[in-house]
Amino acid sequence: MPADALGIAADIRARRVTAREVTARALERIRARDRSLNCFTAVLPESALRDAESVDASLAAGREPGPLAGVPFAVKNLFDVAGLTTLAGSKINAERPQATCDATVVARLRGAGAVLLGALNMDEYAFGFATENSHYGPTRNPHDPARVSGGSSGGSGAAVAAGLVPLALGSDTNGSIRVPAALCGIFGLKPTYGRLSRAGAALFGISFDHVGPLTTSVRDLATAYDVMQGPDAADPVCADRPTEACLPRLEEGIGDLRMAVADGHFASRGEPEVFAAVERVAKALGAVRRVTIPENDRARAAATIITASEGASLHMDDLKSRPLDFDPMTRDRFLAGALVPAALYVRAQRFRAWYRERVRETFREVDVLLAPTTPFPAPRIGQDTITVAGDHVPTRPTLGLYTQPLSFIGLPVISVPVAGAGPLPLGVQLVAAPWNEAALFRIAAVLERAGVAAAHIAG
Amino acid sequence: MSVTPELSPQPSDVARYVDEAAPLLGLRIPPECREGVTRNLAGLLAAGAFLGDFPVGDTETAPVFEP
Repeated sequence: MPADALGIAADIRARRVTAREVTARALERIRARDRSLNCFTAVLPESALRDAESVDASLAAGREPGPLAGVPFAVKNLFDVAGLTTLAGSKINAERPQATCDATVVARLRGAGAVLLGALNMDEYAFGFATENSHYGPTRNPHDPARVSGGSSGGSGAAVAAGLVPLALGSDTNGSIRVPAALCGIFGLKPTYGRLSRAGAALFGISFDHVGPLTTSVRDLATAYDVMQGPDAADPVCADRPTEACLPRLEEGIGDLRMAVADGHFASRGEPEVFAAVERVAKALGAVRRVTIPENDRARAAATIITASEGASLHMDDLKSRPLDFDPMTRDRFLAGALVPAALYVRAQRFRAWYRERVRETFREVDVLLAPTTPFPAPRIGQDTITVAGDHVPTRPTLGLYTQPLSFIGLPVISVPVAGAGPLPLGVQLVAAPWNEAALFRIAAVLERAGVAAAHIAG
Repeated sequence: MSVTPELSPQPSDVARYVDEAAPLLGLRIPPECREGVTRNLAGLLAAGAFLGDFPVGDTETAPVFEP
């Protein structure tokens, strides 16, 4: 199994390997495997090797290269990368000029020594859970190439799960980091709404858009999250809060944390192995309490209305002038979103405030909730419907059954890959009150040390 | 999302709404998209109806705007 990001950085610092050698090997892995997986829409060998040589030069000169020195990473192609056109999964945006500077979180990772290898495939404008992109092709699941990688950050999930890079960035509006993390068998963090800067990331549903990392270990997830934190004047949504480092807290244990399993909505309409995975995590943590969050179906209804309305609004000019240039997988949904009456949008926002209050009441009694990430493992590419728990349902929207209510109110969530969950990977969501990411990291670290959570790398 | 069938608007009513409202917004719905747009909008309107009968009290949701 390839080393995780911090393992690679430690080897580079100790001069057991150079950053250039690490980068060259990663580029070779991409050349060998990405033709079949289709994770990358752009690979940057020249700038990556140049950046890696710069890390090696810093080390040789005795300068501090940063905690992610020489670590290869890649980003969903909705993040601005200087010199690249930001596609956001679309054909339309391919006509736009190149970005002139990096998105804030990309710049912060590079500032920590990480080496950017390229940009990753996604659902067009992030409107999907499967990364079945008609313009750039589907991204295949490294554990079974006939199956989807999840979405919309599917290139990110698959690139990490295939061992092409140990770290990727994604974005999550209704589940788009957590779903691919679960279906590909890796760790994914959707932080609190407003925690990480969205400046330089193409937006989709402005009320719910979050950015975050996907990795193969908890310590990598914490390190990437820590270096990306902090206020950003370029993003009005980014909170004016100081960095709350989580890497130093991974050994704290969980004795003081009150944990419970979410039941009701989060314990129904999924495959039995999904709930078995939750029970395995609960048992390892000693979480016996059950709590019920009310009205999750209405939360999904409201999130769907807000997402469709805001997404359509962002693309209204192109919907008017060139609707047939949109991906057929998103086009009709965007056009429908443009026709939603404003009163429905406001009603959905009012429900959001009501639902947030109910969930706040829950978090007065518990610190962390456990819930499945998806109701079933990765479906086949092109599979429009699926039978789950006896019901015949549309495959793609149902992947967000358990993720959508949580991003609806901006809660921080880590999806952990559950070891031995079945022939295909499955994830469990650890969910906390706003701004309490540290509790999630402490629990994820305990689960990883116990062997209950472990990334599945398809080598 | 499970929306009860009685909350779903009639497909013919939604199709008529699409045909009438889209041009007013400057949208030309391509013929090959009409069925899909109608189906998706019917789902969104049903979701709205599902929210409509739910009491949220006097919840305040004004956006915070700092001049």
